[in-house]
Amino acid sequence: MKNISIKIAQEKLDLQTCMDFVTDETCGGISFFVGTVRNHTDQRNVLKLEFSAYKAMAIKEMQKIAEASIVKFNITKIAIHHFEGSLEIGEIPVIIAASSPHRKNCIAACQYAIDHLKESVPIWKKEYFEDGSVWVNSRP
Amino acid sequence: MKILLFGIVQDIVGSSSIEKNLSREISVAQLQEEMLIEYPKLKDIKKFAVAVNESYAQENDLIKNTDIVAIIPPVSGG
Repeated sequence: MKNISIKIAQEKLDLQTCMDFVTDETCGGISFFVGTVRNHTDQRNVLKLEFSAYKAMAIKEMQKIAEASIVKFNITKIAIHHFEGSLEIGEIPVIIAASSPHRKNCIAACQYAIDHLKESVPIWKKEYFEDGSVWVNSRP
Repeated sequence: MKILLFGIVQDIVGSSSIEKNLSREISVAQLQEEMLIEYPKLKDIKKFAVAVNESYAQENDLIKNTDIVAIIPPVSGG
């Protein structure tokens, strides 16, 4: 679809690419959510993160979220890009960009899309510490 | 039938997929039970979901030998 850009990439994600995709003459605003790798979890130092994905299904789930965002918030365009592979502190695992004629819609759509991505898209994050690694959110 | 494994489940089983022969259709709940019997360490993780043909399946959904099945541990993207 021309108003949706979905990507799972092994190259670094690019803000300008998402900006260019969602830019539209009918829109008065663009909103972004950009995930970044934090340097700590529960007071332990994080060294790096590794993301793995069930790519075929993840793309379908991201597409569903994008379609729902357009219907629910009446936005014009949306890009959802996620990284797969190893990332250092401060690097970008996810970008969501949305555009709409008025600001409230695209801001709300970004919040909705990142919340649902974290709930349902089959992508997994492994955190590496000085003394080992854990799959985030996997153990009770 | 090939079952795809991801994240912590891949580490627990020690492989990115397993082969399972179904003589008849089984439900998603039955597959989850069988996995827990074969790989008791799966009890140490949060409940895992099952995807059939690249969509989340419900407990009562039936799985055929020709389906693409995946075990989906709790996701943590973003």
